[in-house]
Amino acid sequence: MATAAGRSRLGAPMYSQKELTSKKRDEFEDILEERRQSSDLRYAMKCYTPVIYKGLSACKPSAIKNSVVQSEQVQYVIKQLSKEMGESTDIIQEEAIEILDEMGHNLHIGAIRFFAFSLSKIFKRLFQRVCVNEEGIQKLQQAIQEHPVVLLPSHRSYIDFLMLSYLLYTYDLALPVIAAGMDFLGMKIVGELLRRSGAFFMRRTFSGNRLYWAVFAEYVKTMIRNGYAPIEFFLEGTRSRTAKTLTPKFGLLSIVMEPFFKREVFDTYLVPVSISYDRTLEESLYAYELLGVPKPKESTSGLLKARKILSDNFGSIHVYFGQPVSLRTLASGRINWCPHNLVPRHLPQRLSEDIQEFVTDIAYKIELLQIENMVLSPWVLIASVLLQNLPAIDFELLVEKTLWLKGLTQAFGGFLEWPDNLCANKAITSSVALHSNIVSLVNGQVVLNDMGMEAGATEELVFKQALSILMCGAYRNQLLNVFVRPSLVAVALQMTQSFRKEEIYSCFNFLRDIFSDEFIFFPGIALKDFEEGCFLLTKCNVIQVTPQEIIFTEKGNSVAAFLAALFRPFMEGYQIIGRYLSKEIKEAFTEKQFILGIRNFAFQLLETGSTPCYEVLSSDLQKNALAAFVRLDVVKKMKTTNGFTYTVNKEALSKTAEMFDSQIPIRKLVTSRL
Amino acid sequence: MAAAAEAGGPGSQPAAQRRLRILSGHLQGSPASRAPEAERLLSPSQCGAGGAAERPVASTIPKKRQEILKWNGWGYNDSKFIFNKKGQAEFTGKRYRLSGMVLPVLKEWMEKTLGASLEHKITSRAFLNTSDVPPSIVNEEFLQDLRATTISYSREAEDRVFRAHGHCLHEIFVLREGMFKRIPDIVVWPGCHDDVVKIVELACKHNLCIIPFGGGTSVSSALECPADERRTIVSLDTSQMNRILWIDEKNLTAHIEAGIIGQDLERQLGESGYCTGHEPDSMEFSSLGGWVATRASGMKKNIYGNIEDLVVHIKMVTPRGIIEKSCQVPRMSTGPDIHHFIMGSEGTLGVVTEVTIKIRPIPEYQKYGSVVFPNFERGVACLREIAKQRCAPASIRLVDNAQFQFGHALKPQVASIFTSFLDGLKKFYITKFKGFDPNELCVATLLFEGDREKVLQHEKQVYDIAAKFSGLAAGEDNGQRGYMLTFVIAYLRDLGLDYYVIGESFETSVPWDRVIDLCRNVKERIVRECKEKGVQFAPFSTCRVTQTYDAGACVYFYFAFNYRGISDPIRVYEQIETAAREEILANGGSLSHHHGVGKLRKQWMKESISDVGLGMLKSVKEYVDPNNIFGNRNLL
Repeated sequence: MATAAGRSRLGAPMYSQKELTSKKRDEFEDILEERRQSSDLRYAMKCYTPVIYKGLSACKPSAIKNSVVQSEQVQYVIKQLSKEMGESTDIIQEEAIEILDEMGHNLHIGAIRFFAFSLSKIFKRLFQRVCVNEEGIQKLQQAIQEHPVVLLPSHRSYIDFLMLSYLLYTYDLALPVIAAGMDFLGMKIVGELLRRSGAFFMRRTFSGNRLYWAVFAEYVKTMIRNGYAPIEFFLEGTRSRTAKTLTPKFGLLSIVMEPFFKREVFDTYLVPVSISYDRTLEESLYAYELLGVPKPKESTSGLLKARKILSDNFGSIHVYFGQPVSLRTLASGRINWCPHNLVPRHLPQRLSEDIQEFVTDIAYKIELLQIENMVLSPWVLIASVLLQNLPAIDFELLVEKTLWLKGLTQAFGGFLEWPDNLCANKAITSSVALHSNIVSLVNGQVVLNDMGMEAGATEELVFKQALSILMCGAYRNQLLNVFVRPSLVAVALQMTQSFRKEEIYSCFNFLRDIFSDEFIFFPGIALKDFEEGCFLLTKCNVIQVTPQEIIFTEKGNSVAAFLAALFRPFMEGYQIIGRYLSKEIKEAFTEKQFILGIRNFAFQLLETGSTPCYEVLSSDLQKNALAAFVRLDVVKKMKTTNGFTYTVNKEALSKTAEMFDSQIPIRKLVTSRL
Repeated sequence: MAAAAEAGGPGSQPAAQRRLRILSGHLQGSPASRAPEAERLLSPSQCGAGGAAERPVASTIPKKRQEILKWNGWGYNDSKFIFNKKGQAEFTGKRYRLSGMVLPVLKEWMEKTLGASLEHKITSRAFLNTSDVPPSIVNEEFLQDLRATTISYSREAEDRVFRAHGHCLHEIFVLREGMFKRIPDIVVWPGCHDDVVKIVELACKHNLCIIPFGGGTSVSSALECPADERRTIVSLDTSQMNRILWIDEKNLTAHIEAGIIGQDLERQLGESGYCTGHEPDSMEFSSLGGWVATRASGMKKNIYGNIEDLVVHIKMVTPRGIIEKSCQVPRMSTGPDIHHFIMGSEGTLGVVTEVTIKIRPIPEYQKYGSVVFPNFERGVACLREIAKQRCAPASIRLVDNAQFQFGHALKPQVASIFTSFLDGLKKFYITKFKGFDPNELCVATLLFEGDREKVLQHEKQVYDIAAKFSGLAAGEDNGQRGYMLTFVIAYLRDLGLDYYVIGESFETSVPWDRVIDLCRNVKERIVRECKEKGVQFAPFSTCRVTQTYDAGACVYFYFAFNYRGISDPIRVYEQIETAAREEILANGGSLSHHHGVGKLRKQWMKESISDVGLGMLKSVKEYVDPNNIFGNRNLL
């Protein structure tokens, strides 16, 4: 409680409680419409003169590379390494140059035009519409001229960064340089093409390699300082396989913020971009991955094979450019600059605690902004309803429930794009049709494919069913970050079976804590989250809040049941994993062993029908749960020579499991503010 | 005399003297300027300070300062910018090179850069309304004691108001439109060290507050009387302690009373063939004691050093007694240097009465110069290199593009077609042939001093370095005009005030590697704050690097904006200045390089020098002045 209430952080999200539903968002424009009417070739060859940063010192990519190698920062590290390893500085410098060549982008208008042409063709075949908020584009255009810009899109698909560059080209904006994973480089030609269209590549892990880190960081910072082009990278670090926003990574973010911390630039704009897909290209691939079938390595031939996708329909894409956030405004009054003044700026410096906290907060803030502006399609609602009514649901009932959920979603502030020109039946039919690989309409019933056809449960069948459920779940998941606060309040209220506010709060706090890798919570504001949840539930007439107590209204029970069911896969999944850890584990284990073990354990349970929770098979959920247990000190994580091993603290585990399973009130805390 | 000096051209005669003559103009030694004193004349017989005291010398500035200085603005009554009947700007008077000249493009510049317009004029009231002035409250016993000392004093409103302020924007604004809440109750003019001792003794006896007053050019609210001061406030004007007591040619030092003002000091030393070389921009009016009390810095510090390098001995009267060293030596290791408690004490500990200062023979030759750079970054890099090679000329300053253009706005009407043709040619060469962007380029002004031969050699060295940074020599004239500007710029503010434009300068010092970032960020911050505070017109915000050191530079900012449409311009101005100072600190700049802290920048002292540092200063104050006789409340 103290930790929650005590820290009121600046920059924490302000839940604008009154405006949530009426919140005004920009209108979307479909950019494919024009593409379908005019020549792609002419479009690719159009006069392209993007606005540029007012303080831009124009230079070629090669000049950037040179200034990176010659920078004091990199030279300092080179000298240090040379001293430590007894190598000559020349050799290390060579190494640095190689790293740069491997990494560096080579923005080239020819490649861009090539992409503009071919992507036009591809996008038109794949998607019905590509919708963009043009007001956001205008703000971005303004921002690009004023200060260096960092684009921070959500990451659900490889399409993300292609699409973003494509859009910026379309709107005559400077193409971003993109921090992309090194795995693309394996793709011949395409890797080089990507590089020429502005991608630069980073190794997935390089924490131990000081030279790599120095070169990489300096490369990024040089581009920020020069205002060369907007920098783009994914806070989530990788594509989210579950369509839930992943917890942010801080490394790159702190690098792009550093020029401002050191006042080498006046300000830096962070622009959250939310990209949402009616249907994700990689949907089945992700489901396989989550079930432990290894991810195919990116290769050009793989991409060609993917061409068969081209005949498929993937609905619409919505890209929402959020309001540019001024780093200076966020930092004002939060950071003591004095320590920065006492060390030369080129020396590598550990981030001070207040800066680390600041970076963390900003990362979460941006992700929450992404979530806020992420468009939810009708299918997201359908998937959520369907998953609570397996294996099939009457079409009429589905429509009714979906419409009900639509109201609830809007009340909770979800950004729903509902086709208002269609009647509900049609809208839902067309959604179902778009996702015919997951569901089918059979005899007036909507059925999840591969479900409940045969009784005899074999491992293969379980696998197939899990696949469908995970694919469907990935759409439901898009709803969860909008619903998580009110839902966890409802769950807490059910679990405690008490009306006392403080008990409910402490249960909420426990859930929030355990699920903090699963969902995005701004750090340190549990109480605010709780109040937000209560507010939304009160608004929807689900609960009544008195100064001491919280109780369900009459009507509230059914809503609460729905919300609880929405989050049940996670509750049950964590419980099963807890059971696995307490029963099956005798000695230290690695993450790999854990994943394998829990998978077998879960398969057994599913085959015998002792749990309906297919989602425990998701490796994402498994890893998150392990991390949560580590955070709660239930599992101890130790570093060994080859990776990490884990041991279980059985006593702590049984306590936690008790809290999870039980109806018993959870630890009593002194609450001052409730 | 000024005209004669100009005809000579630069470098043709002992130039420092020439420059001084320009500054002091016709007033030199003119008996008319010595005002009949209202009260008692000081009696020199009482003030036989040690050594071969010289006769009291007439100062350029009379005791009744208002007789020749503006009471509500900067500088001499006869010198100001006006718009003549043709609507052209003109600088009146005869004292400066610019005097009597028409500045044809200034009006356009003001309109374009600041959005000022001749139609929107707001004039100061013409006279001080003495009935507004807070009454002088002095107790009779003290007056009796004071009379017994025969020290000159005045309780007249004009004298008191004149010493109630420095030259911060808000102070001048108050003079033009309002009245200070609190001003000194009495002004005293000690004639020598002993007089000061007596005054301080009386102040201790009667529990009065003393605020020392030198030249009155403070820009840190240092002279402002604390509004809640209940005691009688005595303004101790040191201007009558202005004698050079002796000159020691063997050791090249001079012992001087602290009230002497810069121009008098240099002129009088000049008569014996010497100078101190200390030339702060305010040297026409500021005093030796003031320099010591604020840690002043002079334009030519590269040759002569700043005030802390120049002083050899200081005598200060404090409530606790007199503080001074027992010898006049170049350096000593006797614990922390007590001079450093005095320098920068800003009148909080006592009154500096006499100073021994280093002197130098007047240099044989002086030459101005200037270099144009394609942009500010290159210019700073060049200055850095010059500092690194330790070959900086007597003065080197780099102005940014906005200030460069501003300098052009102050160009007088060109006398002949030939000159304007030459100017055009120069401009063509730089912008077209060399490809400098007229909206990017910036200029460094240079001043060389020394033996003729060495100066020429030095000049070549500097220009060679400049060439490596794409710097093009741009002539003596540009250089000279640059330095002249610093003397008239303060007059320009008064003109601005007539047309809804308020402005101020502020300064800092910063390590070399942060100079560019600091300049850019502070200027940008000013622009942004103006926008946020509802300033309707884009502000004029510009900077120059005015001093170079081994480890960093001094940066000077000008900031002005048109306040039409704003109800409380001074408050807005102060908020913006505060934001700019915070930006400076966040960028690794200092609280002040040479203006001092006063009351204006007190709020940042703790963060600047740490708790313990502040505690040390406080404990010194506590010991030296336990009853806070020197109660101007500066610094701490």
